[in-house]
Amino acid sequence: MGELLQYFLSGLTSGAIYALIALGFTIIYNATEVINFAQGEFVMLGAMFMATFLGKMGLPLPVAFALSVGLTALIGILVERLTIYPARGASVITLIIITIGVSILLKGVAMFVWGKDSLAVPAFLGEEPIRLFGATIIPQSILILVVALVAVLGLEFFFKHTLTGQAMRACAANRLAARLLGIKVEPLVLLAFGVSAGLSAIAGVIISPITFATYDMGTMLGLKGFSAAVLGGLTSSFGAVAGGFLLGLLEALAAGFISSAYKDAAAFVILLLMLFLKPEGLFGQGEIKKL
Amino acid sequence: MKKWLWVLGFWFLLTGLALAAKPYKIGALFSITGPTSFIGEPERNTLVMLVEEINKKGGINGHPIEVVIYDTEGDETNAVKKITKLCVQDKVLAVIGPSRTGTTLAVIPFVERYKVPLISCAAGVKITEPVKPWVFKVPQTDRMAVKRIYAYCNEKGYQKIAIITVSTGFGQSGREQLKMLAPKYGIKLVADEVFGPKDVDMTPQLTRIRAKNPDAVICWGTNPGPAIVAKNMRQLGMKQQLFMSHGVASKRFIALAGEAAEGIILPAGKILVARQLPDSDPQKKVILDYIARYKARYGEEPSAFGGHAYDAFLLLSKALEKAGADRARIREALENLKGVVGIHGIFNMSPKDHNGLDEKEAFVLVRIHNGDWELLER
Amino acid sequence: MKLNYGIWASLALVLFVFGLSNTNDYFFNVLNVLGLNSLVVLGLALLMGYAGQVSLGHAAFYGLGAYTSGILTAKYSLSPLLGIGAAQAVVLVSALLIGLPALRLKGHYLAMATLGFGVIVHVLFKETISLTGGPSGLVGIPPLQIFGFTLLSSREYFFLIWSLVLLILLFSLHLAHSPFGRALLALHDSEAATQALGYDTSRLKLLVFLLSASFAGLAGSLYAHFAMFISPTSFTFLHSVKLVTMVVIGGVASLWGALLGASVLSILPEVLTVFEDYDVLIFGAILVTIMIFLPDGLLKGLNNLWQKRKTHG
Repeated sequence: MGELLQYFLSGLTSGAIYALIALGFTIIYNATEVINFAQGEFVMLGAMFMATFLGKMGLPLPVAFALSVGLTALIGILVERLTIYPARGASVITLIIITIGVSILLKGVAMFVWGKDSLAVPAFLGEEPIRLFGATIIPQSILILVVALVAVLGLEFFFKHTLTGQAMRACAANRLAARLLGIKVEPLVLLAFGVSAGLSAIAGVIISPITFATYDMGTMLGLKGFSAAVLGGLTSSFGAVAGGFLLGLLEALAAGFISSAYKDAAAFVILLLMLFLKPEGLFGQGEIKKL
Repeated sequence: MKKWLWVLGFWFLLTGLALAAKPYKIGALFSITGPTSFIGEPERNTLVMLVEEINKKGGINGHPIEVVIYDTEGDETNAVKKITKLCVQDKVLAVIGPSRTGTTLAVIPFVERYKVPLISCAAGVKITEPVKPWVFKVPQTDRMAVKRIYAYCNEKGYQKIAIITVSTGFGQSGREQLKMLAPKYGIKLVADEVFGPKDVDMTPQLTRIRAKNPDAVICWGTNPGPAIVAKNMRQLGMKQQLFMSHGVASKRFIALAGEAAEGIILPAGKILVARQLPDSDPQKKVILDYIARYKARYGEEPSAFGGHAYDAFLLLSKALEKAGADRARIREALENLKGVVGIHGIFNMSPKDHNGLDEKEAFVLVRIHNGDWELLER
Repeated sequence: MKLNYGIWASLALVLFVFGLSNTNDYFFNVLNVLGLNSLVVLGLALLMGYAGQVSLGHAAFYGLGAYTSGILTAKYSLSPLLGIGAAQAVVLVSALLIGLPALRLKGHYLAMATLGFGVIVHVLFKETISLTGGPSGLVGIPPLQIFGFTLLSSREYFFLIWSLVLLILLFSLHLAHSPFGRALLALHDSEAATQALGYDTSRLKLLVFLLSASFAGLAGSLYAHFAMFISPTSFTFLHSVKLVTMVVIGGVASLWGALLGASVLSILPEVLTVFEDYDVLIFGAILVTIMIFLPDGLLKGLNNLWQKRKTHG
C-alpha cells in the first residue's frame, strides 16, 4: 500500500511540473497557433538562473525567484520579437523548425554560460522527509504542488476577470474579430510569450533542487509537457493542467509497477494513442482543418 | 677534400640531431566535457603537467614528448571518431585513455585493427579480461571494488543487500560482478534495480527496494546519478547503509549529494586519504608528491581520477624508454613492466595480466564525513 | 524543374575523380557521412517536399536499419547482405505500423505523432540492453561483405555509398517527374482536390512514407558496417530535426536542394569543431536565421538574391 501511495505522490509532483509546462504550450498555441518546441528551454533557464542566484550568489529566496522568473519571461518576449514575429506568415513546418532552432540556440547559450555540468540548487525548505501512511514526501514536493496550484488559479483569475486576460482569450478565439473590436493583437502576443515563459520558468525553479540544473534538462521536459498538452487538449487551459497531472500519474505508476526503464517511452505512447484516437485531447474541442 | 668531409660530417650531424630530436607523439582521449568531465578534466590536466615536466628534463631518451589530446565528451560515438583520427591521421605511438568503460570498450576494436597500444583509464573488468594484446588499463578493476565492499558487509553482518546500478558499461560491469560474487560471500541480493545515466528520479526503483527491507544498499555508477540516488534515499526516509562505487570518488559527488553524502562508504584509491596513510606505505610519498605538484600547477588538489592519467603516463614513459618509437615494441615493453610504484598501486604487468594491480592493495575503504573523505579501512 | 541529366552526370564524374585521386581518409569519412545523410534526406524530400507530409522521427528508421543490421551481423553472425535485407523488412513493417494511423493526421498533429514514434524507438534502443548494448552502444559490427569482397577502407565505402546515392537520386528524379510525382505534388497543394480527381491519397501518402523509410533504413545499415560501432546517441530527436532541416534548408520541393542542405549541414559541424563548445550555439543561430530570412530554402533563396542582383545590376 505504501508503494502505491509513494508512486502516487511522486506522480503528483512530476504532474504539477508537466501541468505548468503544458499550460505554457497552450497559452502560446492559443495566441499564435504556434507549437513552441522551445518551451522546455524556458524551464531550463528558470532552473539555471536559480542555481546562479540562489546557489552561487546566495541571494534571498524571493529575490532569486523573482529574478529567475522575470529574466526568463523577458527572454520569452525577446524570442517572440526576434524569431516568431518576423516569420509570422510562414508555413507550419517553417515555424516548427524555427522554434526547434530557438531551442537549440538557447541550449547552446546555456552551455556556453553555465557549462555542461549539473549545478546543485539548495532546497527551499530543507530536506527532511515527511512520513505519510507508509510513504514519504519531501517539503520541496509539497511546495511544487502548492506553487503549481497558485499559478493555475492565478492564471484562471487573469483570464476570466481581467480585461487583458479576456482580450487574450478573444484573440485566441478569433483574431480578426478581436482586431475589429479594436483589440491590439501584437502586445497581447508578446504578453502571451512572456507569461508562458514565466510559467515554465516557475516550473524550472521549483524542480531544480530535486533534479539539479543542467543545460540539456529542457528537451525531455518540454516534449513531455507537450504530450501532456495534447493529452488534455491544446485548446483548453483546464485540459493542459489535467493532462499534466494525468501524465505524471500514469508515468509514475508505469515506472513503479511495470518498469522504470521504459518510463520515458510511456509519455509518448500516451501521446500517440491520444493522437490516433482523439487528437483534440480529452478536453479540447475539435478544430476545423483547412483544406 | 677536407672541406667536403667537414660539410658531410656536419650534414650527418644535423640529420642525426633532427632524427634524435624527433618527438615521440602520443595520443589521449578523455571525457573532458560532458557528464563525466569530473573524470576527464583532472586526467587531461595531469597528463599535460607530466608532459611539460618531462620535456623540461629533456624528454625520453632525448626525444621530446608531443601529446595530442581529444575530448570524447563521455560519448561513445565521439570516442570512435577520435580514435580513428589519432591512429590514422595523427599517427600516434600509443593512446592513453579513454576515461570511461563504455568509451574504452567502443574503441578497442579500432586499436586492435590499427595495432596501437591503448592504456585505458577506465575500470571495467571486461577491458582486460580476457586479455587483449593491445589493450592495457591502469585503474583497479571493479571486481576488486566489489570484493572490498562485500568483505566489509561480512564484517558488519549485512546479509540482505539491494543493488541499484546505472545502465552504462561501467554500471553494468559492476552489476555483473556484484551478482557473480554475492554467493561467495554468503550475501543474498534481494533487489536488482537499474537506472539510466540521464535519469533524474530514482524513487520508483528505491521504493521497490525499500519494500524488500535490505540490510544495505549498493549503488554503482558515476555522477550525477548516484548523487540523486543518495538524495532520493533520504527523501524516502531510508536509513540503510549506502555503499557507492569508486566511480564517485571525487569532491563533485559530495557537492552534488550535499547532506545526503554523509556516512556513505566506498572503495577508493589511496590518493583520497593520502595524508591519513602510515609513513611506511611506499605509495604515500609518490602520492603526496603528485598532489603537491598538481596543486602548484592548477591551484587545487587532483581527484583520484587524475591519478589514473599519472599511472598511465608513468607506464608509457617507462615503455618508451625501453622501446623507442615503435608501436609493437612499446606494447611488448608495457606488458613486461614490473614494480612500478604509481598513484593507484604498484604495477606488475604480464602477458596474462594487463592491469597489473594486486587485489589486496588496490583499494582502501573510505567514508564520507563532514563533506570530506575519512579512511575507514586499509 | 526539368530533369537535367547533365548535372547528375557532372556530379557523378566529379565524385568518381575525387574517389580515385584523394588520399586523405578524413575527407572520405566526412563525405561518407554526407552520403549517408543524403540517402535519408532524398527520401525525406520526397515525403515532405512532394507529398507535403512532415516527419520529425526519421532518425528512428535510420536507427532501426543500423541496429537490425548491426545486431544480426555482430551477435548472430548473419551475412551483411542478409542483414540489410532483414533491416529493410523491419523498417518497412514499422513504417507501415506507424504510417497507417499517423498519416490520417495533418499538420502539426502528424509532426507530433512522428516525434512520439521517434522518441519511443530511441528509448527502445537505450533500454533493451541485452539486445542493443544500451547507452554504451553496439560494438564489433563486422565490415560489409559483398560476394566475398570485404569493404574495409573509407575509400571503398565512399565508392559504394555514393554509387547508391547517385542511383537513388536518379530514381527519385524520375519518380518526381513521373505521373506519380505529379500526383504527390498535387497532394501537397490540396488533398481534397487530388481526391476529387480520383486518386487514392491515403495509398499515395503511405507509399511515399514507406519509400522514405526504406531509404533511411538502407543508410542506417550501411552506417553500421562503416562505423563498426553504433550507439543510441546517433538516433535522437535532434538528429531527426537535423534531417528535416537539411530538406528545408535546401528548399522543400527540390531534390537537389535537399542534397545541398545535406551538404551544408554535414560539413558545417566539421567546420564548427574549430569553435568547440560554440558549435551548438552557432548551429541554432544559423538554423533560425535561415528559416526566417530564406524560408523557401537556400537554393531558391540564393537564386532569388541572384536574380535581384541581375535586375538591379
